[in-house]
Amino acid sequence: MAQTMPRPGPNPVRKRPKQLPFPLNVYQSAVGRKWVMAVSGLVLLGFVVTHMIGNLHLYEGPLEVREYAETLRDLGVHVIPRTWMLWGIRILLIAAFVVHVHSAYSLAAMSRKANPSSSLDSNKRYASSQDYAAANYASRTMRWTGPIVLLYLFFHLADLTWGWLSDDWTRGDPYNNVVISMGNIGVAIIYIVANVALALHIYHGAWSMFQSLGVNNPKINNYRRHIAGGLAGLILIGNLSFPIAVQAGLIDQDNCEAPCGITAELEHEGEEAAQ
Amino acid sequence: MSEETLNLTLKVWRQEGPNAKGRFETYQLSDISTHMSFLEMMDVLNEQLIAKGEVPVEIESDCREGICGTCGCMINGRAHGPEKATATCQLHMRSFSDGDTIVVEPFLASSFPIIKDLAVDRAPLDRIIEAGGYISISTGSAPDANLIPVPKDTADAAFDGAACIGCGACVAACPNSAGQLFTSAKIQHLNLLPQGQAERWARTESMVETMEDYFGSCTNHGECHEACPKEIPLDFIAYTNRDYMKSKRKNRKLQGQA
Repeated sequence: MAQTMPRPGPNPVRKRPKQLPFPLNVYQSAVGRKWVMAVSGLVLLGFVVTHMIGNLHLYEGPLEVREYAETLRDLGVHVIPRTWMLWGIRILLIAAFVVHVHSAYSLAAMSRKANPSSSLDSNKRYASSQDYAAANYASRTMRWTGPIVLLYLFFHLADLTWGWLSDDWTRGDPYNNVVISMGNIGVAIIYIVANVALALHIYHGAWSMFQSLGVNNPKINNYRRHIAGGLAGLILIGNLSFPIAVQAGLIDQDNCEAPCGITAELEHEGEEAAQ
Repeated sequence: MSEETLNLTLKVWRQEGPNAKGRFETYQLSDISTHMSFLEMMDVLNEQLIAKGEVPVEIESDCREGICGTCGCMINGRAHGPEKATATCQLHMRSFSDGDTIVVEPFLASSFPIIKDLAVDRAPLDRIIEAGGYISISTGSAPDANLIPVPKDTADAAFDGAACIGCGACVAACPNSAGQLFTSAKIQHLNLLPQGQAERWARTESMVETMEDYFGSCTNHGECHEACPKEIPLDFIAYTNRDYMKSKRKNRKLQGQA
């Protein structure tokens, strides 16, 4: 009688970690990590959309932008002390950012192990060069656009939140700070390039999110691409409009009455009130 | 359909064994009928190699009608070649033109080590199936037909998953070498049916985690679906993600019982 010999198969490429208690064990699996990535991505996407819409106040003028900024600090002021709500949102966003980046990094490392000839974009090195049938430019560049957006985030904070990059930066005068920063053609180009990367990241991320969360059925599948494309397009147009508007002179210090700057305007108002 | 003949240049990956260093060999083939299947063309090449006293190219095949999942290689950078919904054995030479150069490579993934030439060890797919375990049905006497009602739509959806032949093209085509499409097809095949409900959550957790021992992480490129000779839908991956998250909660209640 023929006998089958047990043959040692290929070894696992990933050592299974010791199970942590629920719900931490969800994060130990790749599918769970993708779920965390999708949820944190959704939080960050919500921020990006809100941030873009809020920034449209730039088209109204210096005082309105300042008023909007103060409103953000006043959120929830009837219940909790001033700026607590804003700090709560900031902490949530930082946490979302940390898990988003960590899950992306660790999953990329896992895929690298599973792919004998990987590069940064995880492209397989078939001799005939892998011929992509479905993967688009956005999906293949996620591991490039992600780090670009991360670097841009630090630049953006240093530039407009902390004011490390300019001596003319004034606390409490966002309009002026934007005009000074993006008036520099080099800085405007950084903003444009980074926001193109952000839009590409969102184009694949927003679609991928539905898959990772398992939010799908054949009826809604056709809309998922359109939702992702619409969101990416909306954010791209909105965010690119600011550096372009500054460069074109639509958002400009000349638009306000001299002497410019929020401090001058507030003084001016104060004088009027005194009269 | 008129019969034409092709003159082809083949670049084939040759590797003596799992640890040997591989290389491409170039072969010229003339007068290949367009009616031939890709594997018949490889048979012609191997006949010529044997006649010359050389070692024939190792290439796996069994049923040659696209239902067994034994054959499979990268043809010009595409798993199972350029046609959609086609296994290597169903690919015909009419898909190529006279004078073409065809590059034939084995499937590539860390968990698919090369056995010889174009044959790779796809045993990790068996490990995933094993992790799925069993379904509980009464086997005492033959059950009456239609004893368990299965709606037509459910049967059709489950069959879309059952259509998976386990060839490994999804892993080979995936830039991450992820096994998501194979695993989700196998999981959903049973999870959609009433007979699969008893072990649904245990099976989902166990199969997904075994998959993750061997393969990469899905980034939703969709390459697997394009490569799949059975066109398994990407939806199954999403259903499986949802089932896995649910299984982690459900199975928690059973802890300490095993």
